[in-house]
Amino acid sequence: MFNFLEKNLPKIVLAPTTIAMIVCMYGFILWTGLLSLTKSRMMPQWEFVGLDQYFRLFNNPRWDVAVDNLVVFLILFILIALVLGLLLAIFLDQKIRVEGAIRTIYLYPMAISFIVTGTAWKWILNPGLGIEKLMNDWGFIGFEFRWLVESDMAIYTIVIAAVWQSSGFVMALFLAGLRGVDDNLTKAAKIDGASTFRLYWHIILPLMRPVFFSAIVILTHIAIKSFDLVQALTGGGPGYASDLPANFMYTYSFNRAQIGVGAASAMIMLFGVLAVLIPYLYSELREKKS
Amino acid sequence: MNSFKLTNINIGRTLIYLILLFFAFIYLAPLYVMFTTSLKDIEEIRSGNLMALPMDPSLYAWKKAWSSACTGSECEGLAPFFWNSVRIVFPAVIISTILGAFNGYALAKWKFKGSEFIFGALLFGCFIPFQVILLPMAKLLGSLGLANTVTGLVLVHVIYGVAFTTLFFRNYYVGIPTELVKAAKLDGAGFFAIFRHVFIPLSTPIFVVTIIWQFTQIWNDFLFGVVYSGSGTQPITVALNNLVNTSVGGKEYNVDMAAAVIAAFPTLVVYVIAGKYFVRGLTAGAVKG
Repeated sequence: MFNFLEKNLPKIVLAPTTIAMIVCMYGFILWTGLLSLTKSRMMPQWEFVGLDQYFRLFNNPRWDVAVDNLVVFLILFILIALVLGLLLAIFLDQKIRVEGAIRTIYLYPMAISFIVTGTAWKWILNPGLGIEKLMNDWGFIGFEFRWLVESDMAIYTIVIAAVWQSSGFVMALFLAGLRGVDDNLTKAAKIDGASTFRLYWHIILPLMRPVFFSAIVILTHIAIKSFDLVQALTGGGPGYASDLPANFMYTYSFNRAQIGVGAASAMIMLFGVLAVLIPYLYSELREKKS
Repeated sequence: MNSFKLTNINIGRTLIYLILLFFAFIYLAPLYVMFTTSLKDIEEIRSGNLMALPMDPSLYAWKKAWSSACTGSECEGLAPFFWNSVRIVFPAVIISTILGAFNGYALAKWKFKGSEFIFGALLFGCFIPFQVILLPMAKLLGSLGLANTVTGLVLVHVIYGVAFTTLFFRNYYVGIPTELVKAAKLDGAGFFAIFRHVFIPLSTPIFVVTIIWQFTQIWNDFLFGVVYSGSGTQPITVALNNLVNTSVGGKEYNVDMAAAVIAAFPTLVVYVIAGKYFVRGLTAGAVKG
């Protein structure tokens, strides 16, 4: 008996987590998937109606807006955060004297919650009292900045706040990558007479490929999960103009008592993440093998 | 020729410094604005601008944000919700870290048939959008009688935090030589003895990284908080959001900002004290997750 226990201790230790994982991750995904095929509204109802909820979802203009917003947000957020993070990392990598302090400043937003970030930027971008008034006071009379209350511009305020929060982190990723570049490589390139620009463009940036890859995956992950930022900064408004899929899912599941539609939207979000994640994991595994 | 090159480099370097400082200013500005706005009175906020220093700093907004601002129907400030968050964060961080340490140790050094598969499945779980588990979890908490309770929130944070903590410890322990385990086994030490005497003494850095990571994640959580808490058990993020969006009387931006700083304070302190470990957790959790 004792021997059996001793032999199986690793399995016993892992058992609670494994069970929780099977039930609360994979089981729950299955549950949500099944729920999305039923006619459930306020309570789960196990009467299956095929893909009805998905058709309802795709015919919902609010879902269209949320998906369009996510596309705009994903592209701008990732692109700006990558470019900014990379440039700051390259600049910081030039033997800067106060590097430690600057790095700390660039990265602190990452320690703050999206709710606090949203609250702060909601005030900074306040039409009338925020940045608009600041510019007017500084002499730019007639400067207008009312994106928060403009339906077609509100999503860009989310981009601004998200970039502010996450670009320092991208910088840290690239800086770690740059520090890993073999010194001899840069020295050799310099001896060959390569300019700094050519050195970075032709030699160092290609070496950063894995960093680009992880940064994109992480930023995508942050973007798809950016529920709190929208909630705090715009509340999805004006109207539902700045909703993201996560906010749609929350509203339909918990405020509108349409859990079938909510479940369908959650499944679409999962498929979206998988579409990014599977190629990533696949290439990671292939790299390890070779 | 030589001196020409030198000035050229100097201009380049000056430019780099200027750009770096400019962005340091951009990153710091929101914190500055939050802080100074929280010290102004509402008259000054309306007449002045974001960057102006408070002329007559007052703690009125801080007192109100902490103890009497309205967060929906109650008007008790953020204090009760701050303590809710504390009551959620501490048990959740401790339990998920300890579980993660054992799991990571077992997965790294006591491989068995299927252990790699378990690890892969857990890793995958780090990436799923939580929306996909929100509804069934609500049902489960309801049937356990844990809906709208602090215990329920602790449970949720432990379940979905363990994937990350396991990943952290597993990746750390993989780097510890297996020879140590073999030698200890020859001496007759078992699973727990080896963990206690060989691994724990080597684990301080990874414990710090994991605890900081979990603390930040759970303190900053909004999604689980807003879905699984009731009016008395909301964490501070939910209360802050309610406070900002409750418009009883005039809008008091100074109170909003004081509340935001209060909500951000614990994680900022951790970041300032242990920034190095924070960054390590971010990159470890991110790159390998």
